[in-house]
Amino acid sequence: MTETFACSFKATEQSARSCITAVMEGLRDIELPVDRAGDVQIALAEAVNNIVEHAYADRTDGEISIRCNLSPNILQISISDTGPPLPKGELPAGLPADISGPLETLPEGGFGWHLIRELTCRLQYERQADSNLLSLFFEMPGTQS
Amino acid sequence: MSLTSTEADGAQIVTVNADRIDAAMAIQFKEDMRSETESGPARVILDLSLVQFIDSSGLGAIVAAMKQLGRDRRLDLAGPTPMVEKVFRLTRMDTIFTLYDSLNDAVSANKT
Repeated sequence: MTETFACSFKATEQSARSCITAVMEGLRDIELPVDRAGDVQIALAEAVNNIVEHAYADRTDGEISIRCNLSPNILQISISDTGPPLPKGELPAGLPADISGPLETLPEGGFGWHLIRELTCRLQYERQADSNLLSLFFEMPGTQS
Repeated sequence: MSLTSTEADGAQIVTVNADRIDAAMAIQFKEDMRSETESGPARVILDLSLVQFIDSSGLGAIVAAMKQLGRDRRLDLAGPTPMVEKVFRLTRMDTIFTLYDSLNDAVSANKT
């Protein structure tokens, strides 16, 4: 597996945006189809936002590192942070948000893990010593016809 | 965040002049929508044709903007780009909002 791109940044919403944009620029070389690049960007943004909003909820000096690896058919994006572990130490189920109620009760959040699960082909989470490592996997469409 | 507002055929059209509605600008967007739509026509059309990317925070801010309008007014969406359309579809928010392919479609739907 070859490393195609890596970056790390301080966890604020503004730097998260710059880093997500930088990763998408970095991935341009592997010529992702436009719709797959869109999937990657949405899932990556949700994963990073979760870290900024939850793992580093009370601090702005937290570090987030992103590493992208490409194997022939799979793009793996690994995101690490040193915040507390995910609740129960496991990936959330990512059930769709409940939108059945009246206008006043429509959800304004809680969409993130559902989007991540819908847009990736596989997810992996590991707690390593003091850090979280989340990997998002995306199938790469065949390059040969 | 830059929003501009016009009126056509009795509806208020709010155009988002930004290429992203993400976590970094969701709160600003919600506040700006509140001041843009404080008073005005019952129907508000949000023109999203310049928005190339939205995340769940941005989606939440659009939901909040609709709630701010209350029950007697409505928020319709116009011109979603493919990524925006996908986020609405995957969260099933496309069943809550009416999405029109273009601003023209949204405005002409008002006439009938």
